[in-house]
Amino acid sequence: MILETLSIIFLVLGAFFSITGAIGLFRFPDFFTRVHAASITDSIATLLIIIGLILRTDFGLIAVKLLFILIFLLLTSPTASHALAKSARHGGLLTMAETRDDKNKEAH
Amino acid sequence: MSFIIDYYNYWIVVFLMMAGFYIVISANNLVKKVVGLNIFQTSVFMMYISIGKVTNGSAPIVAEGITTYSNPLPHVLILTAIVVGVATTAVGLALIVRIKRAYGTVEENEFKDKDDLI
Amino acid sequence: MAVFIDLMLLGMLAITALRVIFLKDLFAVVMLFGIYSFLSALIFVNLDAVDVAFTEAAVGAGISTVLMLGTLALTGRKEKTNNHKSWLPLLVVVATGAALIYGTLDMPPFGDPNNPAQQHVAPRYIQDSPQEVGLPNMVTSVLASYRGFDTLGETAVVFAAAIGVFSLLGLPKRDRAAIESGLKSHLVLRVVAKLIIPLILLFALYVQFHGDYGPGGGFQAGVIAAAAIILYALVFGLPLATHVLQPSLLKVLAALGVLIYAGTGVVSLFLGGNFLDYNVLASDPIAGQHLGIIIIELGVGITVFAAMLAIFYAFAGQAERKNIP
Repeated sequence: MILETLSIIFLVLGAFFSITGAIGLFRFPDFFTRVHAASITDSIATLLIIIGLILRTDFGLIAVKLLFILIFLLLTSPTASHALAKSARHGGLLTMAETRDDKNKEAH
Repeated sequence: MSFIIDYYNYWIVVFLMMAGFYIVISANNLVKKVVGLNIFQTSVFMMYISIGKVTNGSAPIVAEGITTYSNPLPHVLILTAIVVGVATTAVGLALIVRIKRAYGTVEENEFKDKDDLI
Repeated sequence: MAVFIDLMLLGMLAITALRVIFLKDLFAVVMLFGIYSFLSALIFVNLDAVDVAFTEAAVGAGISTVLMLGTLALTGRKEKTNNHKSWLPLLVVVATGAALIYGTLDMPPFGDPNNPAQQHVAPRYIQDSPQEVGLPNMVTSVLASYRGFDTLGETAVVFAAAIGVFSLLGLPKRDRAAIESGLKSHLVLRVVAKLIIPLILLFALYVQFHGDYGPGGGFQAGVIAAAAIILYALVFGLPLATHVLQPSLLKVLAALGVLIYAGTGVVSLFLGGNFLDYNVLASDPIAGQHLGIIIIELGVGITVFAAMLAIFYAFAGQAERKNIP
């Protein structure tokens, strides 16, 4: 019963972070802030959802499999976000603050 | 209402099929045509799998306490078709690369015009 | 609830397909196609086709996307505006779609257990295959045993497609191994890739040999193993990858897999059974079936792995050649 409630709390929190991540992806102004929003769905939301799911199993083989998936995701998704942001940086994309500074310099 | 529940799956599959078909016949770029062909192909897969689904059925892997299984035959056909599909897509993409090398373009109307020159 | 999830996913699928029609940026089109593949994999799970979902996620979203991106690198990422008449294709599509929807009205309702498709051979597969073949995963039993001849043909098609790509594009030469390319500056990517590539290969082996009991099998395992090497080639550069797994070796492997498959059939002929009749491979029919299925799944896995990787090498070799003047 306690496990059930805990699991529901984790799942709802996970769903909440997924939705905020999705809203951020659409509403944020530039590329880097959007990557930040998207990486929230990748990291904290999946973490919470998978913990919520593990609490619902009988802690046997399925829980171990879910744990493996969690470890794999925690390794790969931050790496993917990092590679994305770094490639954008290499490609010459500036953050919002830097673009503003550039404009100020031109104005002076 | 039950009429819609009975058939909505097929209708959306038909819609996707037609979206793929539209891309194939209207796009000018060959890569986009291949993407359209793949969308068409995936929608056909979905049609087959929908036919094999049994209400309240379960995945066709024997487990205790389960009596209703979905039909395994469409799964087998589509599983192999997906792998064959990507292999044939690869041949199509390879042809596109060769077309680019020969004509310098992958836009349909452009290399048709150049056909007379070669 | 399942209906609701199904409807949501199908709706997202429809939106993705519509977006693909109107986008001119081909890079985004290919990415949307990857999303489309993942969504359809989710729908397959929802429709109980776990094996198919597995394959679609690995093949459709993984390998197809990589190959299309490879093609875009060679052909350019912008679609030019065309001067086609847009109403004519639309008319054809609407007419065809209307005819097809009219046709669906004659189909049995979705999920009906009395659907003719559920009556013919499916009950035999569902009821008898656990006793006749002795495997819990019916999809593997049907794929490798009941319809083994069909699967042999499919494997041969994959092999033939790989040969077609070789003859069109050619394989990269091995001797340029001295050139260090790849993503040199992406230190994090290199470390993580080194960490997970062995894990992916291990998972491929698990999928290969666990396919008799759970979702998986030769097709999926071959693609996953190829994906591991493709990741290696993307991060560390094609010359290093061709140094590890030489293109000439892949040619041999692709042929070897089909040979193992067909050879099993011939062996069963010589032992007094029919072609691909595994009952005669061992003293006990169930043991024979099990042995036969493991061997031919291995053949399928080897061919699919070699064919997918060789196709990737061919495309990546083209892109590399374009970069070196």
